[in-house]
Amino acid sequence: MKIICCPLNGPRPVAEFAYGGEVRAMPDPDTCSDAEWTDYVFSRASVPGVKREWWCHVASGYWFIVDRDTASDEVIATHTVDVLRTGAGR
Amino acid sequence: MFRQPEKLKNSYDVVIIGGGGHGLAAAYYLARDHGIRDVAVLEKGYIGGGNTGRNTAIIRSNYLTAEGVKFYDESVRLWQDLAQDFDLNLFYSTRGHFTLAHTDAALRTSRWRAEVNKHFGIASEVVDAAQVKRMIPMIDLSCGGHAPIVGALYHEPGAIARHDAIAWGYGRGADRRGVEIHQNTEVTGIDVRDGAVVGVRTTRGTVSTRRVLCAVAGSTPRVLAMIGLRCPIYIHPLQAMVSEPLKPWLDPIIVSGSLHVYVSQSARGELVMGASLDPYELHSTRSTLDFAESLSSHMLDLFPFLSEVKINRQWAGMADITPDFAPIMGTTPCEGFFLDAGWGTWGFKATPVCGKTMSHTVANGREHPLITGFSWSRFARFELTGEKGAASVGL
Repeated sequence: MKIICCPLNGPRPVAEFAYGGEVRAMPDPDTCSDAEWTDYVFSRASVPGVKREWWCHVASGYWFIVDRDTASDEVIATHTVDVLRTGAGR
Repeated sequence: MFRQPEKLKNSYDVVIIGGGGHGLAAAYYLARDHGIRDVAVLEKGYIGGGNTGRNTAIIRSNYLTAEGVKFYDESVRLWQDLAQDFDLNLFYSTRGHFTLAHTDAALRTSRWRAEVNKHFGIASEVVDAAQVKRMIPMIDLSCGGHAPIVGALYHEPGAIARHDAIAWGYGRGADRRGVEIHQNTEVTGIDVRDGAVVGVRTTRGTVSTRRVLCAVAGSTPRVLAMIGLRCPIYIHPLQAMVSEPLKPWLDPIIVSGSLHVYVSQSARGELVMGASLDPYELHSTRSTLDFAESLSSHMLDLFPFLSEVKINRQWAGMADITPDFAPIMGTTPCEGFFLDAGWGTWGFKATPVCGKTMSHTVANGREHPLITGFSWSRFARFELTGEKGAASVGL
């Protein structure tokens, strides 16, 4: 991966982007167990494969979503954050 | 250097996954100190071909937490006798180790580290810029004018060693005591019954065992997934490179957190250089031009006279990083499954003491006193160890 296609700025070199980690659903802190909360805080799905991630185009401060293969380092697709509401591409 | 057994046996007392320094050291001490010789080490590639052969071979103990300092100091002590133990030249070379401070904040951290270190009897002191210049005459103290060096943490026992020899030494020592080393043998599954390990499946057949030690660095999440465990480990590549050989000019080891550089000159005259972790998760050992460019530019800030020197080789390893930059060692929620992981960017120097403490843990079924601060359960208790003295974590 050398270029990421930003939904706002188009294709830009990867050096312009910052990685924000995997997209994860937060359990409800009022109702979840201690074990569930610990798992949310610390554990990660670190097995290689296609993952949905947060990335930021630093120069424009624009956050968006990337589906990326963490074994081959290929970008499968990029989305605006709207995809988290609609669940598209999954 | 050791036997190449043709077939796996049907069962072993202990199966060790991962034939790097850590796994082989554990096998060696299990056989030598605990009399457990019915051991198989399973390695998917060749021994020492993972992070053992991919690090920059720096050994030191000037960490920041009490747990870290005690642990790494024991490791430095073990290192010094290993060549005798193995009858093999490890090229262990005590050089002295400078952690450069470019800001007042970094100098404060240096003082903090020095005081923690001295409390535990470790040679570690803050020195001023003039002393840095005396010991490293080629350095540009102004760093091109944009990151002037204000002082350094100096750690006299800092050393380098020949990294693959450590795998060969432990491997040969374990082999002579009856341990079987199986290369080109990849683990494909782990059988668990009633919450306890009962066997290991591999590309060369299935073996039954009650005790498994997992020492696989960047492959840890994959192996843990085989027993259905998630873990606080994420994988980022860590790259390194070496220059063409030069006449000896750099005796000490030099680290600069602000410039993201660590460098030493090997016995062959090559500059061995590393920087910080790659900035995003990746399960690959690919190299990038970005890395070579930015590391070279920072090297030139420190040593402008190197501008004509060529880079010979570049490579990467997969570092297993934890949220507190301390390892995860000992028992796990799965009975009989022991973990030696989370070694990120600081695992090489710890090889001997990891072997010692993990063999003790596997033999006795409970953690060695030196590693209780590194237990898996610390996360559930929210008692992190906070080892920011770790290298190249980009802090």
